[in-house]
Amino acid sequence: MTWWNRLRRRTQMEEQLEKELRFHLEQHAADLMARGLDPQEARRRARLALGGSEQVKESCRDARGTRWLEDLLQDFRYALRSLGKKPGFAAVSVLTLALGIGASTAIFSAVNPILFESLPYPHAGRIVMLWDVFNGARSRVTFHSYRELVERSRSFDAIAVMKPWQPTMTGPAQPERLEGQNVSASFFRALGVSPALGRDFQQSDDQFHGPNVAILSDALWRRRFGGDSSILDHQITLDDNLYTVIGVMPRAFENVLAPSSELWSPLQYDSRHITNLDTQEWGHHLRMMGRLRPGLGTDQAKRELDTIAHAPVAEFHRPRWASLKYGFIVDSLQDEVTRGVKPALLAVLGAVILVLLIACVNVTNLLLARGAQRRGEFAMRAALGAERTRLMRQLLTESLLLAIPGGALGIAVAEVGVQGLVALSPPQLPRLSAIAVNFTVFVFAFGIATLIGLVVGIIPALHASRSDPQSGLRQSSRTTAGRHEQTRRTLVVAEIALALVLLVSAGLLLRSLERLFAVAPGFDSSHLLTMQVQTSGHRFDDVLDDVENSTRHRFFAQALHAVRDVPGVAAAGFSSLLPLSGDQFGEYGVQFENDNLGGGYNVFRYVVTSGYIETMGIALRRGRLLDDRDVASAPPAVLISESLAKRKFRGQDPIGQRVHVGPLNRPWFTIVGVVGDVKQTSLALSQPDAVYITTDQSWFVDDALSLVVRTRGDAAVVAPAIRKAIWSADKDQPIVRVATMDDLLTASAAERRFALILFEAFGIAALVLAATGIYGVLSGSVTERMREIGLRSALGATRGNILALVVRQGMILTGIGVVIGLSGAAAASRALVTLLFGVSRLDPITYLAVTVLLACVSVIACWVPAWRAARVDPCVTLRAE
Amino acid sequence: MPAKSDLPQGTLDLLILKVVALGPVHGYAIAQRLQQVSRDVVQVPQGSLYPALHRLENRGLLAADWKETETGREAKFYRLTRKGRAQLETEAASWQRLTKAVGLILRLSQGGAK
Repeated sequence: MTWWNRLRRRTQMEEQLEKELRFHLEQHAADLMARGLDPQEARRRARLALGGSEQVKESCRDARGTRWLEDLLQDFRYALRSLGKKPGFAAVSVLTLALGIGASTAIFSAVNPILFESLPYPHAGRIVMLWDVFNGARSRVTFHSYRELVERSRSFDAIAVMKPWQPTMTGPAQPERLEGQNVSASFFRALGVSPALGRDFQQSDDQFHGPNVAILSDALWRRRFGGDSSILDHQITLDDNLYTVIGVMPRAFENVLAPSSELWSPLQYDSRHITNLDTQEWGHHLRMMGRLRPGLGTDQAKRELDTIAHAPVAEFHRPRWASLKYGFIVDSLQDEVTRGVKPALLAVLGAVILVLLIACVNVTNLLLARGAQRRGEFAMRAALGAERTRLMRQLLTESLLLAIPGGALGIAVAEVGVQGLVALSPPQLPRLSAIAVNFTVFVFAFGIATLIGLVVGIIPALHASRSDPQSGLRQSSRTTAGRHEQTRRTLVVAEIALALVLLVSAGLLLRSLERLFAVAPGFDSSHLLTMQVQTSGHRFDDVLDDVENSTRHRFFAQALHAVRDVPGVAAAGFSSLLPLSGDQFGEYGVQFENDNLGGGYNVFRYVVTSGYIETMGIALRRGRLLDDRDVASAPPAVLISESLAKRKFRGQDPIGQRVHVGPLNRPWFTIVGVVGDVKQTSLALSQPDAVYITTDQSWFVDDALSLVVRTRGDAAVVAPAIRKAIWSADKDQPIVRVATMDDLLTASAAERRFALILFEAFGIAALVLAATGIYGVLSGSVTERMREIGLRSALGATRGNILALVVRQGMILTGIGVVIGLSGAAAASRALVTLLFGVSRLDPITYLAVTVLLACVSVIACWVPAWRAARVDPCVTLRAE
Repeated sequence: MPAKSDLPQGTLDLLILKVVALGPVHGYAIAQRLQQVSRDVVQVPQGSLYPALHRLENRGLLAADWKETETGREAKFYRLTRKGRAQLETEAASWQRLTKAVGLILRLSQGGAK
């Protein structure tokens, strides 16, 4: 018979037990009667000899071995009943836990793949990033440095280089600008991944003037070619050239270094003319990655690379700017991927752990308060013979009954939370596709739920079982502040302190973001629509010397003309660089006429059409703006930014001074005006040196220009009409990155905003939980002190006195919590430093404001129980004793 | 009336097995038999007899059937299983070894006193 069968036959066995004992008693009584006792006395003696029949039955049930399960069911039913009697308590506990578990699960789901899981490649720990060193910082490498390492280094299974590639695919469908990468043939081997269909790149593909071949991502293959495997060996048109598709990557392939990349083609750089220094092969623009040989550490690899760097050989000539004399920087791929977001994620993780802690403390407090109210009940049960372990088990069951639904509901919260997180996430967040509530996380949540149930259950169980039944019974109707209440007060203090830490962090982030958006970007962002217009295809291959008459220049001029005719457009202009758009590689060296040789400034170079500066609303400080006079045949004119003017000319008039922008063999540009500074990369960064020249007078035309349009009404509304106007000039040119300037401003602070939103949510949750905690403790204490309060008012205490008594009790707790919390917050703010802007981590205003907020909330939380206490009718409470 | 002794820990099971080994018997009869055979020296706590019976049944050392007694009443009769018999033999042997050893030690200390 298994225990399950026995359990099912419980009723039957109970009956048999009853029958067996009855037989014994009757038989014994009959024997005694045979010896001459009267029936009543005989039965009494028989019962005495057997002992208490209920206790015997109980021991027999124990002996049967199904006891634990029966007890469990009984505990379970009892717990359900007793929780059902206090639905408010049960709901608050379950919701609190769900919140804590849900929030931490959601954050863990997001953080886990980014910070803790290894990257989705075989032996991902062996993949490293390799950087050249410039001014002590990481710098991209040149092609020839890469070639030298490939030839000379022995530390790697494969070394690969890559650069972004944005070809436009034309064909039967609309032109589409794709995100891709030009890579060395070893790229996929270095990652340890091979195509699911077709073949990987070979060395023969990656030759100067080699074959046009491409490998597609699974997503692109399905989107554009319907997942048809006959695409292999067929040709597609990219930038007017035919490329043969040789492979398709697996669906699960994740390109962590360029997540939006959808196709790859070989780099095909020229490895022959190493002494020709004026080539792209000697430009610092490639990212380099390597797969270490098994068993080799990063340090060993770095030592070998540095040895190579410090021992040039004749075969590999090196120019001054790629001398490698500072060696290499070697990072793990994981570090490279997470570097940008780690501070924010760790801060958020810390915050959510605080929330979880507060949630646990809160539930513990609720259970303790309940335990206190039930002391009479437990004392009664103990007096009736319930064992201490039995009582503890009962309480543990009740805690678990709260924790498990809390965990289940928490997972639902997490599911919603993860979706919210992905929607909110800053664009820099890597591995977005890997973020989901997964099994690990599920286990994590349930583990936490169970653990909390046990931990939270233990404390009241310890209190209840420790209590001496006699004193418990005596105190069942009135309790004095005992040890359990001390514990609860300590917990409330902890809760307040934790909430304060979160609120201060949220406050600091809020102030940072305010400061950030208070920074003047240098232009007027309202009613400003922006987009990037690309030119691609062989039609733009004509002579580059005659900029003004080039097809590309004509296309941009026609497009601008058409855009200005669109109704609702007030002004429009093109620029090679768009502030806050993430445009890179806009920095050039400039040299003023009287600069020393080798001197000069690194500035942002804006190549603009006339009207750009007016459209943006950039202020003119001196002189004039660029206009239609500044054509190719006119003397070259340049505007410089205010800070560059200040730095270079120090109070002298810069107008009329001359400067070289770009190649030194071009004619001098004459400064015709000074304009206000503009934030280019981010509101937080101050890089104000800039020059502006016209597209007509530039020595080349960029193949992509950003259009800015000042609109009369809502900027987003005119976008379709503007796109149509541009396509009226050439229907094949892709238009990307359409966004209002306000959107760009918001996006530029995305990471801080992300952290802020989470901290605000957590801070509010913490505040509510802490308030609940204070309320719970005071209200419990008022209930327990009813008699004392009644006595006090009978002896003449006014309502005001009583009110003050209770509020003071709450405020003392708050005060202690605030003091501890303030020091905690000061320590915790260290972790936030990288996310702050324009605010000290010890900003007194934030600390003060948060303290006041917390104090107000806790006064409100105190007020309700205090009010109840003040309305105590002494006659009623005193009589109740 | 001779002085009554409490049963040493764990011996109740052994005694029950021995009594049941003589043939199927119900709980009350076991209690009676133990008391009679030990000439009232062994005080069988009736309250612990039934839990012990149930424990032995649960461990598969005893089996039980409901049968009629000679007085025509239905009672639960316990009998020894094969496993129970083996257990009885081992426990009886070890009990004898133990008492012998204890006896030896007691005699030794008496000798020393002389």
